[in-house]
Amino acid sequence: MALHVVVTAKQVIDPDMPLSAMRIADDARQVVTPATLPPVVNGFDEVAVEAALRLKDSHGAKVTVLSVGGQFNLDIIKKPLAMGADALVLCQDAAFANLPDSFVTTQLLAAAVRKIGAFDLLLCGRQASDWDNAQVPLLLAERLDVPVIPLAQKVDVEQDRVVVEQLVPDGYDVVEATLPALVTVSNELGAPRYPNMRNLMAAKRKRPVIWTLGDLDLDADVLSSRVEVLELLLPQRTRECEFIAAEDGAAAGEKLAAMLHEAGLI
Amino acid sequence: MAAAGRGVLVVGETVNGHLSPTTAGLLAAGQALKQDLEGELTAGLVGHDLTAAAAESLQAGVERVYIVDDVLLQDLPVDLCLHALAGLYQATTPEVILFARSPWGRELAPRLAGRLGVGLLQDCLEVGIEPDSRRLTALRPVYGGNFLARVRCAASPQIAVLRSQAYEPLAPDPDRQGEVVAVPVDLDVSQSRVRVVRRVRHEHPGVSLTEARVVTSGGRGLGGPEPFRDLEELAGMLGAAVGASRAAVDAGWVPGHWQVGLTGVTVTPELYLAFGISGASQHMAGCSGAKVIVAINTDAEAPIFREARYGVVADWQAVLPAFMEAVRNL
Ligand SMILES: Cc1cc2nc3c(=O)[nH]c(=O)nc-3n(C[C@H](O)[C@H](O)[C@H](O)COP(=O)(O)OP(=O)(O)OC[C@H]3O[C@@H](n4cnc5c(N)ncnc54)[C@H](O)[C@@H]3O)c2cc1C
Repeated sequence: MALHVVVTAKQVIDPDMPLSAMRIADDARQVVTPATLPPVVNGFDEVAVEAALRLKDSHGAKVTVLSVGGQFNLDIIKKPLAMGADALVLCQDAAFANLPDSFVTTQLLAAAVRKIGAFDLLLCGRQASDWDNAQVPLLLAERLDVPVIPLAQKVDVEQDRVVVEQLVPDGYDVVEATLPALVTVSNELGAPRYPNMRNLMAAKRKRPVIWTLGDLDLDADVLSSRVEVLELLLPQRTRECEFIAAEDGAAAGEKLAAMLHEAGLI
Repeated sequence: MAAAGRGVLVVGETVNGHLSPTTAGLLAAGQALKQDLEGELTAGLVGHDLTAAAAESLQAGVERVYIVDDVLLQDLPVDLCLHALAGLYQATTPEVILFARSPWGRELAPRLAGRLGVGLLQDCLEVGIEPDSRRLTALRPVYGGNFLARVRCAASPQIAVLRSQAYEPLAPDPDRQGEVVAVPVDLDVSQSRVRVVRRVRHEHPGVSLTEARVVTSGGRGLGGPEPFRDLEELAGMLGAAVGASRAAVDAGWVPGHWQVGLTGVTVTPELYLAFGISGASQHMAGCSGAKVIVAINTDAEAPIFREARYGVVADWQAVLPAFMEAVRNL
């Protein structure tokens, strides 16, 4: 039977959006942006989709993308389909908006993964660019009781095993685990592919499967958060920059060297 | 959920048998929390041959060190470390558990929280205790550092992962004494579900980024891989290491392990020289601990100038050769 790869993807505020467009909401609990600036699929999740599609190219695989959120911009969240994924499952419910903590998100994802059914490999982006927690994949692996390998720069499947080049501070380890397993993917894997015309057209026709809170088989306390957000603040920057005045760049370079030498820094 | 105990447990890390510098900072944070909680400060160590690290923990001011010492933990395999830590938690039931934001801590802490069914405060700059509720609170960057969030634990035990530079380590005192308690935990290889087949390490011809006193760093503004040869030459003259922005890494100009930032290396040099780097918050997350940042950028409005001590608004192609020549003649 063909591999079944499930990829988690989160819709987030575009991290490349100018800071001036991002604002702390009146309740001081979330960051908001003007409706005219669309969200994106979290960059690392797109890389995870790419990893899944490479497995599809080399081994043949069914790729299911799964997302949890309060509200989706369908044009955006369907991008993985346009890249070549086979199915999209959206857990969409007002109760899932601005999920307060990774624990809750994990419970929802775990319930959705169980409902999706048997899978061989779960791929997740290493972290989401909004809260940068890098927690959900690890919690999800614990919850589903599968082996977990974080920070992959290469993912391959050999028979019943996933073989991963896992980034470590000074290089990488080649590690393996028995399927089913969960792997988190880093940008070192390579850039996500652009949608081609055929996949774009196919994606237009595909409808996501949509599940609400009631569709997921959940314990009552699942939405009670383990971490509360009290407030968001703007960081204070205190450093005062001294600009080197000189007639041209070369003179500035020379002056800079003299100043840094004087200060004992070089 | 296990019943909440008292006090603070710092999960220590060892490097070549010694307590890591990151742990020393964690212990300082733990001292402050312990006073607020009126509990005790303990350290938990998992690994093999922990005698030296245990003694160093006591010298750093903890009252007791719990150790899980097993030859299987020699290379700190995460799955087994997690078993060991879960056992250590059951034996000690602390109220607060602190981890360092190292690759190891960042993987272990969430998994332990998952096992215990609690949440955790990730990537904290500072932690504190709310007086009445005894809840752990923290200040942490979000949105790549563009905003800060104040967050609070709502379940026990309360777990936080701290940035290692956040707290100044306390000076060790060799006269301090305390107890070392071995915690028995049954470990066997079958608990490790991930097998390491091969370890590949990059050769370090020069100084390592994390230890360098000076870092010369380049970004997209350099326009290609060749200028990085100049930065390498400059680094050679200054005894420095070369870093890069993610844009330069993603462009394939330099290897991934040169990347400085939120998802790269954190550097804390005396001097950070940034050529053609805009200073996105995700980049600054990895270098804002530098004593002095110098930015060379054509755009006077580039955000990096908000954190730089010295700035040159000019084309690096004019600045760098003159700078290198001047350094040569120092
Ligand atoms: C979740 C997430 C994690 C990330 N993690 C990291 C990370 O760990 N590290 C990291 O670096 N980035 C990271 N990024 C990316 C980050 O947001 C920026 O996109 C990146 O740092 C930009 O790199 P840069 O400054 O080289 O490029 P740019 O932002 O394009 O800046 C190039 C600069 O060069 C200047 N310039 C151009 N020509 C010249 C010239 N001739 N002389 C002098 N100056 C010139 C320009 O004025 C500009 O300021 C992350 C992003 C996300 C979303």
